[in-house]
Amino acid sequence: MPAADPAVKNLKASSSSRLPELQPRQKIELYRQMLLIRRFEEKAKQAFTQAKIKGFCHLYNGQEAVAVGTISALNDDDAVITAYRDHGHALTRGVDPNACMAELFGKITGCSRGKGGSMHFFDAKKHFYGGHGIVGGQIPLGTGLAFAQKYLGTNRVTLAYMGDGAINQGAVHESMNLAALWKLPIIYIIENNEYSMGTSISRSSAGDPLTKRAGAFDMAAIQANGMDIDDVRAKTFEAVSLARTESQPTLMEIRTYRYFGHSMSDPGHYRSKEEIEARKQSDPIELYKARLLEQKVATEESLNALDEEVMAQAQAAYDFAEQSPEPELATVFEDIFAPEDQIAEFRPSPADGKCCARQ
Amino acid sequence: MPALTYREALNQALSEEMERDERVMLMGEEVAEYDGAYKVSQGLLKKFGPKRIIDTPISETGFSGLAIGAAMYGLRPVVEFMTWSFSLVAYDQIVNNAAQVRYMSGGQFSFPIVFRGSSGGGLQVGATHSHTPENWYANVPGLTVITPAFPDDAKGLLKSAIRSNNPVCFLENEKLYGYKDEVPEGEYLTEIGKARVRREGSDLTIISNSGSTHRALEGARRMEAEGISAEVIDLRTIKPLDFAAIAASVCKTNRVLIVEENKPFAGWGAQVAYQVQRELFDELDAPVHRLTSLDVPQPYNYGLEQAVLPNEERIVAAIKEVLA
Repeated sequence: MPAADPAVKNLKASSSSRLPELQPRQKIELYRQMLLIRRFEEKAKQAFTQAKIKGFCHLYNGQEAVAVGTISALNDDDAVITAYRDHGHALTRGVDPNACMAELFGKITGCSRGKGGSMHFFDAKKHFYGGHGIVGGQIPLGTGLAFAQKYLGTNRVTLAYMGDGAINQGAVHESMNLAALWKLPIIYIIENNEYSMGTSISRSSAGDPLTKRAGAFDMAAIQANGMDIDDVRAKTFEAVSLARTESQPTLMEIRTYRYFGHSMSDPGHYRSKEEIEARKQSDPIELYKARLLEQKVATEESLNALDEEVMAQAQAAYDFAEQSPEPELATVFEDIFAPEDQIAEFRPSPADGKCCARQ
Repeated sequence: MPALTYREALNQALSEEMERDERVMLMGEEVAEYDGAYKVSQGLLKKFGPKRIIDTPISETGFSGLAIGAAMYGLRPVVEFMTWSFSLVAYDQIVNNAAQVRYMSGGQFSFPIVFRGSSGGGLQVGATHSHTPENWYANVPGLTVITPAFPDDAKGLLKSAIRSNNPVCFLENEKLYGYKDEVPEGEYLTEIGKARVRREGSDLTIISNSGSTHRALEGARRMEAEGISAEVIDLRTIKPLDFAAIAASVCKTNRVLIVEENKPFAGWGAQVAYQVQRELFDELDAPVHRLTSLDVPQPYNYGLEQAVLPNEERIVAAIKEVLA
């Protein structure tokens, strides 16, 4: 990892709160959350190859410590918004795995009623604001969530995730300028998995590290090792503290790696099998497992039992999705407009305008 | 009833709705300290302060998307585009986020947001600044598109738009800001999705909106001297389209002229013409005629630009053709 740019604000110097020490059961919970993502994605991969999931399906394997580590630093009522590789964030935010799998299957029981698909998971009750398909397009939205949090005096913060490919979108730079200018409680998180689809970061992005982009806006910036959940959690906590106590934004760059292709339809010619195998040697789940064993927080047996539990959960999600009904065709016309409660509804009925004297 | 300019009517609507609901705020380029590029927001900063009247940098994607996110969280933002021509920079945010996230989320989020600003040609500002983009937005499911032509509707429709729980594209007309007419005081809401007969007649129906309504009315006045009685319908709302009002008029006159400032290909007038022939074919005594701007980028030169617009001379000629 390259050294942080000296021009970029040192985040540590300005954050005040201390990271709370995790209790053993909390550590095991983080492990469980990472494992759930892994097993869920394996099941999704299987369902995709069985043609039960159609369209695009972007898997999160390899990046689990990013979603779980960052979200572990939040309160339940803070906001989370991300791009299209959204399964891990949704599951970590507490969206029901059954509803997530059912969404992939396009079923009415899905977390977006079968209308969003893999890229568009949503759950308002869990403060999960999507699931967005246009690269970088969710970043202005996330900035608006933080704007509203501040406007309404909620003392809540927003985590807005993007891939390394998004950092070259104008929407991202416009948003960072606004957040710095207006002091918004948001943490922009670049999940740098080194490839924007099939284009490596060295071929897409000038300037390394990507946190340098914050320097132009005089915004705090911090890097984290995305394979080490403790590092991710600690760094996120600093940024969240800065947002919550001083209403200041931060740009985080978390270095990570995805094991599968950009989507399920990616043949992966742009990188070698050797590269992928080498990167799997620093697997975030294995690393954390070793740490839990070393700290005697858990035993091999207890973690294996946990794995079986999580695998059963993923299988149950698959079964739930498969057994769920298809949406009724009438639902295609639902969810377009919110009901009006301050003015008259203004949608015409299909019969309007067929009044013909001569007919 | 006091007479107000179109600009003052809009200002009054904004002010009244901001007084009514603290979640309503106005954001855009030069809306605060400059008092608005077209002075629609004049005096609002002084009245409501910088928390609610917010100058933005020139970042249409950024501030439009930010406002959409704020709406998703429960605020009711009004976003001013200095002109709708600049909304192209924010097109992805409006189309993919404001209009479609509600649907993609299975109805979990609402987007009570108004995008508003000036639009239209005829002011010699060249092709980049002269767009009439109501078609582009009317084509997107989830968006409501409003184009007021008179001060009373400007006020009544903007108040309704702000109270709507759905995203509204509110296209004002740059040439109408100084137009003065009677406007009801205080609580005055115009129903969205309802057209208005601006001139009654029996020989043909002219269907128009925004600045074109004024040109259509002028064309109808000129034809009156020749004994022609033209009815003029101001659509006010482009989407949803008030086809019932169109049908009622067509059943009376049996002849149709559509006047719109859009470029011709796939404009809203093409949709109206389709629906008229589909639903009211037996009512028609002549083919539906449609007058639009010419299919060229907007030229700067005065004479050229006037020739491109659906001007009164072209309207008079079209009326004669429909009645021939």
